[in-house]
Amino acid sequence: MNKYQVNENGYYGDFGGAYIPEMLYPNVEYLRQQYLNIMYEPEFQREFQQLLKDYVGRPSPLFLAERLSKKYGTTIYLKREDLNHTGAHKINNTVGQILLAERLGKKRIIAETGAGQHGVATATVCALKGLECIVYMGEKDIVRQAPNVARMKMMGATVIPATSGSKTLKDATNEAMRDWINNPIDTHYIIGSAVGPHPYPDMVARFQSVISEETKIQLKEKTGSEYPDYVLACVGGGSNAMGMFYHFLDDENVKLIAVEAAGKGVHSGESAATTLLGKEGVLHGSRSILMQTADGQVTEPYSISAGLDYPGIGPQHAHLFKVKRAEYVSITDDEAMQAGLLCARLEGIIPAIESAHAFAHLEKMKFTGNETVVICLSGRGDKDLDTYTKYFDL
Amino acid sequence: MNRLNQLFAAKKTPLLSIYFTAGYPELNSTVDIAEALQKAGADFLEIGFPYSDPLADGPVIQQSSQKALENGMTVELLFSQLKDLRKRVSIPVLLMGYFNPVLQFGVENFCNACAEVGIDGIIVPDLPIYEYEGMYQNCFADHNLSNIFLITPQTSDERIRRIDNLSSSFIYLLSSSSTTGKNLALNEEAEKYFARIQEMNLKNPTMIGFGISNRESFDKAAQYTRGAIVGSAFVKFLDQPDSMNRLPEFISSIRKQ
Repeated sequence: MNKYQVNENGYYGDFGGAYIPEMLYPNVEYLRQQYLNIMYEPEFQREFQQLLKDYVGRPSPLFLAERLSKKYGTTIYLKREDLNHTGAHKINNTVGQILLAERLGKKRIIAETGAGQHGVATATVCALKGLECIVYMGEKDIVRQAPNVARMKMMGATVIPATSGSKTLKDATNEAMRDWINNPIDTHYIIGSAVGPHPYPDMVARFQSVISEETKIQLKEKTGSEYPDYVLACVGGGSNAMGMFYHFLDDENVKLIAVEAAGKGVHSGESAATTLLGKEGVLHGSRSILMQTADGQVTEPYSISAGLDYPGIGPQHAHLFKVKRAEYVSITDDEAMQAGLLCARLEGIIPAIESAHAFAHLEKMKFTGNETVVICLSGRGDKDLDTYTKYFDL
Repeated sequence: MNRLNQLFAAKKTPLLSIYFTAGYPELNSTVDIAEALQKAGADFLEIGFPYSDPLADGPVIQQSSQKALENGMTVELLFSQLKDLRKRVSIPVLLMGYFNPVLQFGVENFCNACAEVGIDGIIVPDLPIYEYEGMYQNCFADHNLSNIFLITPQTSDERIRRIDNLSSSFIYLLSSSSTTGKNLALNEEAEKYFARIQEMNLKNPTMIGFGISNRESFDKAAQYTRGAIVGSAFVKFLDQPDSMNRLPEFISSIRKQ
């Protein structure tokens, strides 16, 4: 497992580390020393598994999508993270981190959010545990994602607009980190993706790894083998993909495909295809691949899906990309929207536009008919109805 | 010995360092401001090179960075502006900024360029000790550049000793664990922290930064350390009308002449 996992210095090959100002060091260092001990305490595991089952609704089904399979001439399963409480995979991580925060003695929780899914998942577990919750969200995203803002508020969270920089996800992340600097003692920062300084990428990947853990068991029941031929997932920062890939990393026969958002086209100037457009760099505490100018200024990404427009990817993804363990491809807005509509029409499932990117890549694959394909259906499309409706003039 | 070491060795009265962002308020004001600050009595300078995501900074320096980027400031342009720095400015000058622009410029190139224009030290708040020691320490040393580390009230004694061993000119003491721009809390807790550091008898001198905005906070800092660094208060001052002609007034509002 070590080849693709974090080493004792916090690195995945050339990527990772903890590029943080000294003000954050004590918190991040304490977390680094404690996270594995806490996560693998029997009592922690008991409570975590119980909540995943009774609160989140796990295991999420692995669904044989027959009509999609017929269309593409192969066997396609959907890992139904869209059926989780709050409608996406994000809750797997927030349940884990809230239990960790409790054990660290923290009273106040902060989070960043782009589309609002991670903000909602954080507000949810804070309500569950009676902890104060502050969510930073770009001023522009607050306008674009009003229903999720309302959900957070209803559960008692305070939503603070990030008004600096480009007023979107990366700026919300900056603001959350500034909050943590200013409140180092009582506050835990629940990062929502597999990004940030070590140990966050590893911790988030471990909490999300339940996705591939269950998939293996479910595939074995359904097909007799726990290994599919292909695993597909969309990538913004990369937490659903990391969870979906995690337990397949060491089986090199399983082809891992990560789907980035090409926006209006990779070279249109409005894209979030980080591995194609980015260079090695440092943002939000880790060394990874980053969309930036020649001068090292981070550029603003674009995608129709708010959950994928992040200018970087998690350091573990950067490593999997560099050593070619996973293939990184990109899908445009138009391709993703068509795939979302197709899934709705063929399977009666409206996927989040983020997840629809993974579905769209099926169009570009060649199948012989004997493959087993698993797609991570990371979230449901309810939050995107407005975008779908306008796009298709429904 | 670079200019910083000479200054700390020679001057016994409290030192005042001023931070400002390159390219702010005007793209080409960098060296003019540096020269005027020297004339007004600043002991050394920190010139910030702007970054799109300055996560350790408060609103004032964030805004100056954003404006500087909008004005067209880049690392490359900064070095070309600094070409004649040493014809006009003789006090020590440090560059301060985040790691990503340095990484893109190339750490070796960056150190070379610093040495060529006469820079004495670098402050990169998000460059960790582990990476500095493993990859960059020799490069800094080869170019006679001091790397300035930050410590906060939460930094452990053990880590402070390690930082002291890695430092070669001074250590930057953050007055509180916060982003820049807030007023220095002249409370018992801060003083206990300053006293604790004083008692550690570090090899390197210390300077206090963050929250120094007037004579009261400067004098308090100078009781415990070699002096203080003023950032946000000066950047804010630059925004005022006729600020360039009133620099001596600003300096004497902080430190008695």
